[in-house]
Amino acid sequence: MSQGVLAIAEQIEGVFRKVTYEALSEGRRIADRLNCDLTAIILGADLDNISKELGQYGADRIIVAQSPTLSEYLTDAYTTVIADYINKENPAVVILGASTQGKDLSARLSARLNAPLAMDCVAIRFEENNIIATRPMYGGKILADIALDGNPQILAIRPNAMTITNTAGAGSIEKLDTDTGNMVLQFIEKSLDTGKVELTEADTVVSGGRGMAGADFTVIEELAQLLDGAVGASRSAVDEGWRPASDQVGQTGKVVSPNLYIACGISGAIQHLAGMSSSKVVVAINKDPEAPIFSKADFGIEGDLFEIVPLIAEQVKKLKGRI
Amino acid sequence: MEIAVLLKQVPATESLIEITDDGISIKTDDIKWVINPYDEFAVEEALQIKEAHGGSVTIISVGPEKTTEAIRTALAMGADKGILINDPAAEGCDGLSTARILAAVLKETPFDLIIAGQRAVDDDNFQVGPAVAEFLGIPNISMVIKQEIIDAKIRCHGTIDGGTVILEAPLPALFTTQRGLNEPRYASLPGIMKAKKKPIDIKTLADIGLEADRIGKPLTRIVAMQIPPERKGGRMITGDSAQAKAVELVRILHEEAKVI
Ligand SMILES: Cc1cc2nc3c(=O)[nH]c(=O)nc-3n(C[C@H](O)[C@H](O)[C@H](O)COP(=O)(O)OP(=O)(O)OC[C@H]3O[C@@H](n4cnc5c(N)ncnc54)[C@H](O)[C@@H]3O)c2cc1C
Repeated sequence: MSQGVLAIAEQIEGVFRKVTYEALSEGRRIADRLNCDLTAIILGADLDNISKELGQYGADRIIVAQSPTLSEYLTDAYTTVIADYINKENPAVVILGASTQGKDLSARLSARLNAPLAMDCVAIRFEENNIIATRPMYGGKILADIALDGNPQILAIRPNAMTITNTAGAGSIEKLDTDTGNMVLQFIEKSLDTGKVELTEADTVVSGGRGMAGADFTVIEELAQLLDGAVGASRSAVDEGWRPASDQVGQTGKVVSPNLYIACGISGAIQHLAGMSSSKVVVAINKDPEAPIFSKADFGIEGDLFEIVPLIAEQVKKLKGRI
Repeated sequence: MEIAVLLKQVPATESLIEITDDGISIKTDDIKWVINPYDEFAVEEALQIKEAHGGSVTIISVGPEKTTEAIRTALAMGADKGILINDPAAEGCDGLSTARILAAVLKETPFDLIIAGQRAVDDDNFQVGPAVAEFLGIPNISMVIKQEIIDAKIRCHGTIDGGTVILEAPLPALFTTQRGLNEPRYASLPGIMKAKKKPIDIKTLADIGLEADRIGKPLTRIVAMQIPPERKGGRMITGDSAQAKAVELVRILHEEAKVI
């Protein structure tokens, strides 16, 4: 009989991704509903200082797979260690963040374990004792409810979609002996945009489109920084070479669900809306009163973004007492 | 270099998507079908690798008969041949069973390199590429924006949240595409003419030695679909000056919406 919920934690350079806390908190809710334990598993090379933090989000047990060979995420090694653990412990549910890494890992795990996978879930609920996962399809034009048959049921949850809940408990830490198996992928190097807030995890996103008329995004960057947010872009801005592809929001870019999305000089094409419609509050700044984005925005300002955005930044500064 | 591209035909991204009366599928009558945009990057990259290293490019798809249109477009871009698995038993497959079918095709004909889209923009599942690699027992690298092949190895720049990572894998390997990898070419008129004579093999599951029950029953089922509540236009912030509008917006965001 499969039993228990397993949450896979994701850390990069010793820092947990925010979606890890979301996965643990949601995992805790599922475990409470199923009346079972929540176990967290974490992989890496240097985890002594961070592992116990997982207890604060509801993990009863924290399984630490620590090895120099796990210092970087490699699909083959991580899949093997986690699949072996799952085969041994037989959890009923596996939950993890649908980050770039989580998508790759969960897809490969589902194939290794022949297990059902609901990718990029935005909500999870129970119908009787069965999990129903809600996930967007067709670029968010459809929300589908998915039933999963088989074990374990793998739930990869979309960043910023579920609530983080702190719990008082402190989970017990157990070391796991790891055998990474035959690794063929080789890590060469990685570069991180230091100091940048990750677009999919940001609480605020300020995006610029063709209305930016050039690669100078200073006004957008300043506002984003004041709001501790991230900078996004429309595909036009990316196609023009003004911003890197990793900044693109939309159906063929990233999907973001921040609390606040500010679209500057973006017309509101359907493919762009697909990437930001699930934002809680949308603000549009556009000089064209007929721009379609206004019909999707909670608040709109008609005007020149180069005039309006710096004025908004001024106000935010005042509000935050930074003037 | 023998290269396989996994390709799916999907509704164009501007399509209006509506739910059928059964509540668990979409209306397909008025939809314009195109190559999944991420698979277009895969076709383009395969063609560039072929141009640099020689070899051939095979397009492989699972889908209904009309998928041949999408395959034909890829052939017009320059791919050499197509294989379509068209079988009633393959309808209603989930990501995992689709991956199993594709893996069965790929086992029949070995390839040095397999390129897949990171996701199809209909199901948005992100599952098929890595799952195919798993079934074939080969490495996969996800969301690649740049690659280089040297001495039977592939080195890929993959995107991760907040940065990029460079990984190397021995061939055969599979990688999935990310925007930024390339700009897909358009099919030229001579290309379109030539494509008419290029072979598309239409096969059933039996033809690839896969009994229908071996693809496994789908492990995930859609039980309901809904259209998310449409975002409604809200208020236009008015004011005598740009300054006044900015002040009012920040006040609202702070006091009413409480998001700053
Ligand atoms: C297969 C496919 C996939 C796609 N995927 C995506 C995707 O993932 N993401 C995406 O964004 N798009 C995507 N697109 C493109 C999409 O259709 C639009 O072309 C694109 O979003 C338009 O970008 P934009 O709004 O920046 O530019 P435009 O539509 O040109 O709009 C620019 C806006 O800026 C305003 N403006 C100009 N100057 C100023 C100023 N000084 N102050 C204020 N406002 C100003 C204008 O009034 C206008 O509304 C895709 C298209 C296809 C076919």
